[in-house]
Amino acid sequence: MSIKVRYFASLKELVGRSDDELQADQALTVRAIWRQLNPELALPENVLAALNMEYVGYDARVWDGDELAFFPPVTGG
Amino acid sequence: MLVKLCEQPFNPWREVEAYQAECPEMAGKYGATSVFVGSMRDLNQGDAVVGMYLEHYPGMTEQQLQAIVGQAHAQWQLLDSLVIHRIGEVMPEDVLVLVAVWSAHRGDAFDASRFIMETLKSKAPFWKKETLSCGRQRWVEKNTDGYQTRAE
Repeated sequence: MSIKVRYFASLKELVGRSDDELQADQALTVRAIWRQLNPELALPENVLAALNMEYVGYDARVWDGDELAFFPPVTGG
Repeated sequence: MLVKLCEQPFNPWREVEAYQAECPEMAGKYGATSVFVGSMRDLNQGDAVVGMYLEHYPGMTEQQLQAIVGQAHAQWQLLDSLVIHRIGEVMPEDVLVLVAVWSAHRGDAFDASRFIMETLKSKAPFWKKETLSCGRQRWVEKNTDGYQTRAE
C-alpha cells in the first residue's frame, strides 16, 4: 500500500508530473506530503487539496491507501 | 436528478426536452423550469480565443456535481434537475454547461439553478486551458464571483 498523489492542470505543469506514489508508515499531513515530494517548491497559497476526492485543509492527515490531489483554483462552468 | 460529463458537443434544448419526456411523472406537476446555458466565448481578457481544453478530475468531478445538486434538492422544493458539462476539446460557441431545474414554483427553480451554477463554478474540479489566435496557450486562473457586479 502507499499514498497516491495526483496533480492537475497548471500545477501538473509546474511540478512536471501528473502523479506520485509515497510509501508512508504513519499518517502525514497534506502539507508534509507536499514538502516531501516537492522540496524545492513552496506550496502555492491558492492550491486546493482533495483527500479521497473531498476538499481538505493542509493540516488534514493522510493515511496509507489514500488518494491525495493538489490542484489550482477550479475554472469550470 | 442526472449529472453527466460530455466529450462531444451537445444541444442543451434537445437535452432538456428529451429529459422532460423521459420523466412522465413530472407532467402536470411543474410550474417552473429554469434553464441556464453557459457557452464558450471567442474573447477573454481582451484576447481572441480559438479553442479550449477542459481538464477535469475524473471521479471527483461527478461526486462534487452530485453533491451540489443534492444540496440544492435539500434546500429548495425541486421536482428534478439535469446538469451536463463538457470536457475535453471545445470550440467557441460550444455549450460548456447546462443546468436545468424543474419545480412547482419559479422562486425555487430560479434560486436552485443559480445556486447549482455558482457552486459548480467554485467547487467542481474543472480547469480551462485556452488557445489564443496567436497560437499561445494559457490556463484560466480563476472564476469570478457571479454574485459580484462586474466592473467592465
